[in-house]
Amino acid sequence: MRKACLEAVYALAKKDPRVVFVGSDIGSGTLDAFKRDFPDRFFMEGVSEGHLVGMMAGLAMTGKVPYFNTIATFITRRAFEQIFLDLGLHQLKVRLIGSGGGTVYAPLGPTHVALEDIALMRTVPGMTILAPCDAAEMKQLLPQTLEVEGPVYIRLAKGGDTPVGGLENESRLGTGRVLRRGEDVLLVSTGVAAQVCMSAAALLEKQGKKAGVIHFHTVNPFNFNDLYKEVKNVRALVTVEEHVLTGGLGSTVAEALADRQIQKKMKRVAFPDAFVHRYGSQDFLMKQHGVTPETVAAAAMELLK
Amino acid sequence: MDAKGNLQRKQIVEILDRTRRGHIGSALSVLEIVRVLYDSVLKVDPKNPEWDERDRFILSKGHGCLALYVQLAEKGFFPKKELFKFCAADGILGGHPEKATTPGVEASTGSLGHGLSIATGIALAGQIDKKEFRTFALLGDGECDEGSVWEAALFATKHKLDRLVAVVDRNQMQCYSATRDVLDLEPFAEKWKTFGFEVRECDGHDPAELSRIFSEIPFRAGKPSCLICRTVKGKGIPFLENNPEWHHKARISDEEMQALRSAVEAR
Repeated sequence: MRKACLEAVYALAKKDPRVVFVGSDIGSGTLDAFKRDFPDRFFMEGVSEGHLVGMMAGLAMTGKVPYFNTIATFITRRAFEQIFLDLGLHQLKVRLIGSGGGTVYAPLGPTHVALEDIALMRTVPGMTILAPCDAAEMKQLLPQTLEVEGPVYIRLAKGGDTPVGGLENESRLGTGRVLRRGEDVLLVSTGVAAQVCMSAAALLEKQGKKAGVIHFHTVNPFNFNDLYKEVKNVRALVTVEEHVLTGGLGSTVAEALADRQIQKKMKRVAFPDAFVHRYGSQDFLMKQHGVTPETVAAAAMELLK
Repeated sequence: MDAKGNLQRKQIVEILDRTRRGHIGSALSVLEIVRVLYDSVLKVDPKNPEWDERDRFILSKGHGCLALYVQLAEKGFFPKKELFKFCAADGILGGHPEKATTPGVEASTGSLGHGLSIATGIALAGQIDKKEFRTFALLGDGECDEGSVWEAALFATKHKLDRLVAVVDRNQMQCYSATRDVLDLEPFAEKWKTFGFEVRECDGHDPAELSRIFSEIPFRAGKPSCLICRTVKGKGIPFLENNPEWHHKARISDEEMQALRSAVEAR
């Protein structure tokens, strides 16, 4: 997914001279083609995320559209004040690409685990938040970020993520993408939880329940109308995310329903509000914390009792 | 200090009469620096604040904003009557500068350690596009406690941003006490030199000297410039000078107002 994302940034740079790439000491060889073709718009900088976000605010104030890439935690946690004030308060067109969203970097420990990035970014007024489910979706969405007003946070998954497939509709930024339809229960995903939901829907089918899946690659601004179209006819919904309970997709959906006095049976499948002290793979941690097709299917069955 | 300096100090005291609060010590510390920039250095157009070719000025120590507002009003960025609605619900001038509300303000500041980074980005964009404009960031010395200032300094040197100027208000005071007691910055000029800036020092209350030194920018081709201005916090009002109680003053009493007025009238 990262490769698809950065290749799309390079393609944007070819077509639009405002596009600038900034990295903070990330992997050797990153975007070599960009560096070769546009050396005056490629900046590999020091380990100084706070400064770099502020610096990119200056670039954007002066007509550039910077795309920034480093590890998700070092963007969302380390540089939070610069994001909030320099980008948010000025509503500047800076694009933040966070590598290793969720538990991708779990083997590296809690400093690198980004399970609250969406919650943090949701508190920045005007921040667009994207968490695509696979490389194909990233390829469709990234070019659409060029003209979005205000800052954008893009959460990257592991890479080589299972393609979701599903209905052949296009991923349009700011919409919910219906992956399958079913009249009993609605599964709601963001990021790689889309794959979890699709597998859970298959499990439910074996138990005679028809589950729909709607995927929100765009968590903010949240498209409630797209959710409502799918949720109005089902008996229950389950939100699924590789993120803590506080402030993520489930929280977004629950708030949106409550604000409109819509009562539905609902469960949130997410990581607990706690530090992760286990290492191992992303798959292992998702299983450890109950973000699996089995738990999602069980949650749905419970609601449908 | 000269006649114009006295006049602007009187104006600031009158503004305070309405709001009875503000970072008056910092405003008086940077007053001549900001005034000289707007009088004789910056190429700006009050009728077109977003003019592409303008010089950019960022008051990184945003709490000194009264000094900025007085210049912006004088140059016609907004009507002078706005000055007297400083911090008021129906005004456009906040206790820290805000781009969205105040014409002529380049960047919203108030949290320290942001302005120089923003200025490096503006200067870099100008360099990419081969523009002539210059970018100035005015920092407090206490602000230089922030690590981001030095991250920005390293970046400016790496990219040879010689159209960037870091101006430091070296009044040797910060909120709690003297900078040497809170967090000693010395050798201060040496630090900026070591980080790659070409450094000059001057009397930050002498308009003629400021004007002359600003005319020499860039101090050296291929390097960012740093001008360290020796200043006095609260300059011009004796009981404010170097007095931490007046770093930020709220609920200024009638007696204190009278004392402020008497001090500026006596000059």
